[in-house]
Amino acid sequence: MKHFVRSAALFVLLALPAAHSLHAQESPYIVTYDHYLEEPGNLEVEYFSTFGTQRGGNDFHAFWGEFEYGATAWWTTELYLDGQSTFGDGTLFTGFRWENRIRLLQREHFVNPVLYIEYEQTSGADKILKEVEGHDVEADYAVPNAILREEHNHEMEFKLLLSKTFNGWNVAENTIATKNLTGGNPWEFGYAIGASRPLGLRASAERCNLCRENFIAGVEMYGGLGDRYSFGLHDTSHYLAPVVAWNLPSDWTLRISPGFGLNDQSHRFLLRWGISREFSGFGATMARLLGGH
Amino acid sequence: MIHHKTTAALKTTAATLLLVSLWIPAGSAGQKDQPSASSRDSVYAELAKAPKKAAARRNPLAEDPNAVAGGAKLFSQHCAECHGDTAEGGKKGPSLHAPEVQQSTSGTLFWLLTNGVVRKGMPVWSKLPDAQRWQLVAYIKSLGVIANPDNSTSSAP
Repeated sequence: MKHFVRSAALFVLLALPAAHSLHAQESPYIVTYDHYLEEPGNLEVEYFSTFGTQRGGNDFHAFWGEFEYGATAWWTTELYLDGQSTFGDGTLFTGFRWENRIRLLQREHFVNPVLYIEYEQTSGADKILKEVEGHDVEADYAVPNAILREEHNHEMEFKLLLSKTFNGWNVAENTIATKNLTGGNPWEFGYAIGASRPLGLRASAERCNLCRENFIAGVEMYGGLGDRYSFGLHDTSHYLAPVVAWNLPSDWTLRISPGFGLNDQSHRFLLRWGISREFSGFGATMARLLGGH
Repeated sequence: MIHHKTTAALKTTAATLLLVSLWIPAGSAGQKDQPSASSRDSVYAELAKAPKKAAARRNPLAEDPNAVAGGAKLFSQHCAECHGDTAEGGKKGPSLHAPEVQQSTSGTLFWLLTNGVVRKGMPVWSKLPDAQRWQLVAYIKSLGVIANPDNSTSSAP
């Protein structure tokens, strides 16, 4: 697997200079997914960072890289590489995730469903909080890395993404079901909801960095819903997070999101930010590298 | 032992599907530089599927002097990659100068932009606000007809 990842990384590095950068219209959400997929043949390279406060332990900085590829107009596939630094403890790679999003309906409808399927192989030290599920609570993260890293998770995660855009507003709801394939862990559940809107609905005629239409603002809320045996809000954590994305004409997108824990089981504060760039023509470039015409 | 076999199988499946996902558009891109005539025609045929109510909608920005300029900027940002810099048609998208496009109503073009032609590779563009999609329609309608885009020197769908 390591050899495969190294080879894939090499191909990506070779292909990126040949692909063209592309102005993106990215959503501001960091946890919630809307129903929009990557354009076919395009690759979006993203870096995200989460700073989290920790009661009863050390604050942490978790980070992850994403390689999001539009396989077709109805299928997007994405590879995540996760890591974290816990202050006063250590820095470590915490695993990878491979996700797929499949658009279920060809056209736009009142609500647009997308099926999300993910396999993740992470250690217990993973702290990116890309989703909150089951009985995930702040205390789980207070354990030293040396102990957490000994826990190995092989999870399948399924989400039903529902989303609609009207009058400039996007509203999205994600229902999460996760099964850890190791041991006899039960199905765990979670949710994420979000709403966002561009600050300007019309495009200005001139190229500009600070035009209102380049900014999309919103809010998202996410949390756990327990597991198969104890479904509900008991011993779960929940967050409310304003989100802002700045889609720059130079093809970069910046996102920032301060998140606030909504109960005593949640981290009090999470500060997330991310930077991404989209490259068009990546698929064609890969074809040439792999011996196509 | 069973667990290790399961994990190994999942890894192999993941690696295989990842490569497959790269090969699908990569392979098609390597085989041809332009969409085939049948692919192009099937995309144009989608225009006829617009519901009457949608097709009858008028562009609320038709009288806005900045609509075309704003649409041109949006086109270069989101559409030129597939349809070519001047909408003459590109590797993935057909010409927008074609009579099938130019003779369509603004409402029809707006409907197509909103819904895409997902199975033919055109994404839905409802993520752009309504006003921006109407700006794009204004720009596309301003392009005019090139009678036979297949004779275009830059590319042809």
